[in-house]
Amino acid sequence: MQRLSGWGRTAWTVADVITTNDPQSIREAVYGANDRGVIARGLGRSYGAAAQNAGGRVIEMANESDPLGIDADLDPVSGMLSVGAGVSLDSILRMCVPRGWFVPVTPGTRFVTVGGAIASDVHGKNHHLDGSFGQHVRSMTLLLANGDIVELSPESNPAWFWATVGGMGLTGIILRATIAMLPIESSRVRVETERLANFDAVCEAMSSDGSDDDYRYSVCWVDLLATGSSMGRGVLTRGDHASANEVDSDEPCAYDPRLTVSAPGWVPNGLLNKFSIKVFNEAWFRKAPSKRHVGLESIPAFFHPLDGVNKWNRLYGNQGFIQYQFIVPLDRTDVLRQVIETFSAAGVGSFLAVLKRMGPQNDAPMSFPTEGWTLTLDIAAGIKGLAELLAKVDSMVLDAGGRHYLAKDSHVSPSAVRRGYARLDEWMNTQHEMDPNGVWRSDLARRLGLVEPRRS
Amino acid sequence: MKNGVGVAQNIVLFGGTSEIGQAILKRVVKPGVANLVLVSRDIEAAAEVSQSLMYEYPDLEVHHVRYDASDAESIVHVVNEVVDAVGDIDVAVLAQGLLNEGHDYYADPVGVVSMASVNFTGKMVLMYSLAARMRSQGYGKIVLLSSVAGERVRKGNPAYGATKAGIDGFALALDHELEGTGASVLVVRPGFVTTKMTAGMSKAPFSTDADSVAKIVEKGISSNSKVVWAPGILQWMFLILKNLPIAIWRRLPL
Repeated sequence: MQRLSGWGRTAWTVADVITTNDPQSIREAVYGANDRGVIARGLGRSYGAAAQNAGGRVIEMANESDPLGIDADLDPVSGMLSVGAGVSLDSILRMCVPRGWFVPVTPGTRFVTVGGAIASDVHGKNHHLDGSFGQHVRSMTLLLANGDIVELSPESNPAWFWATVGGMGLTGIILRATIAMLPIESSRVRVETERLANFDAVCEAMSSDGSDDDYRYSVCWVDLLATGSSMGRGVLTRGDHASANEVDSDEPCAYDPRLTVSAPGWVPNGLLNKFSIKVFNEAWFRKAPSKRHVGLESIPAFFHPLDGVNKWNRLYGNQGFIQYQFIVPLDRTDVLRQVIETFSAAGVGSFLAVLKRMGPQNDAPMSFPTEGWTLTLDIAAGIKGLAELLAKVDSMVLDAGGRHYLAKDSHVSPSAVRRGYARLDEWMNTQHEMDPNGVWRSDLARRLGLVEPRRS
Repeated sequence: MKNGVGVAQNIVLFGGTSEIGQAILKRVVKPGVANLVLVSRDIEAAAEVSQSLMYEYPDLEVHHVRYDASDAESIVHVVNEVVDAVGDIDVAVLAQGLLNEGHDYYADPVGVVSMASVNFTGKMVLMYSLAARMRSQGYGKIVLLSSVAGERVRKGNPAYGATKAGIDGFALALDHELEGTGASVLVVRPGFVTTKMTAGMSKAPFSTDADSVAKIVEKGISSNSKVVWAPGILQWMFLILKNLPIAIWRRLPL
């Protein structure tokens, strides 16, 4: 029995954990589970309770020290990567970048597994043009609750394929996937950085007529604690992979990600408070060049800046933190502003608030991204009155036709999912068809009523 | 289980009409609580209690279960009934208690049996059934309202103090046994609390009120404490009182 939590380090529960990525052992672990069911877990980067299963079984799939090397096979011509679900994007990048291939979508951390990336249908800075992770999956191998192993693709079985994309692991255990990789000429990113004085300037620069569609990658860091005329000021970074001749090197695809420092093992609660965050935000804003600046950055620096600090989630102390990510339709920037003002008025600072304009929704009923604005922020979990404050903000988001990202969620109510995800019933029907006996269970699924309750 | 901001989904109050129990509910019921179960002898009185909470939280589902705290045999069924109604029991507050202040046990010695079954044996049955369920859930918190009377039993109502001392000791050892299972126990030791149960009694020093106890309980749940005192200063007072020689202890005007 082992205590597990998500990346936010809140809401710990105890489960029977089995570590394996061998299909036969996984199948046996599923057969031998008790009536609290089973869920697969990758690298535990979901912020809330998606990959834990109180009183039940958890199968840990991440296998970063496989003596046989990375379980992945790259076709050097087509760029198709056949990869085990427990392999991380970190391993994939180490293997593929030097050969001139990049992952089609990467979230803000490369320490996620392929299985987790599909189950959460993760997105990155290129969503407005390239969509989310699931759109680049050509096929996958799925272990069903009854022990059958099936091949799914958008052509062969679209209903089951798209129910699994964004399905939070509740349709089966993903064993393998084939992913269409992106060709690159170098391991550098040409990045344009600019400071934006207030929230209007941020929204204008990021809208499609503000030339945002000219950049493959685009994201804006927003200062939630700035008030008055600089409310919502930000630093916008946009870019694309640099071509070989932009990089002055014999080995333009050389790739060497390093973990620079580790967070200390113990940090007092409240180290990250509104005062320290205010100081940080000011420094971060001032650090950015006041005029538009173009430069080359490495892949880790541009895509995964936080991965440079090993176990950075400890910085919030043992109380943990939550990440709040929601999306509202493109024409509802008024709600974004209202949300920012609500947090600011409550003195809730966020040390990482990022805004991104997302592209159209894909075919997965439970996929989070849809055309609109998504705002993401970190909040220390121990703040007084947080449950009430978030309930207020949840209503603003839902009333505007928005919704919450389940991979980040730690608190929303079942009605928030029902209101936010119009195709929930359709997904639940498919889920039930794929798992009629209710084997797949997680704490998240139990809280949100994603699966039918089962009596022990 | 609880969510990322510390809110439990399903909360059960045993002793649904207890004033301290209700004060705790006012503090721990927040947006995010899905089900509240009030287990009490008097469902009608408990329903009155839940009115304001239902009004404040329209999404909250309130359930009522009737039980007799002194009927140890039926308690296991009561827990099953609660599980049938809501599924997992995330937080169970045990607020039922019998004080019987002023009762003449010299004239009615057998009267201690019913007190012991409400305050002690019945509660052990209840805590074992709750712990079994919570262990299988991989998560759960039992909040036991004990008393400073349990820390050093004094004259006045020795039977009451003895039941409190018994259940307090049981709860601490049970929590120890549950270590690593996800289930745990919080022991709450209030001093003199001004409620209807203590109306008319002369106040002891450092008396407190139900909401102050509730506030301390809320904090104790979120910080995963094992024992909390209300008011907090009693912890240090009793460190001394508990170890006083009998000759001095008996002379204290307590």
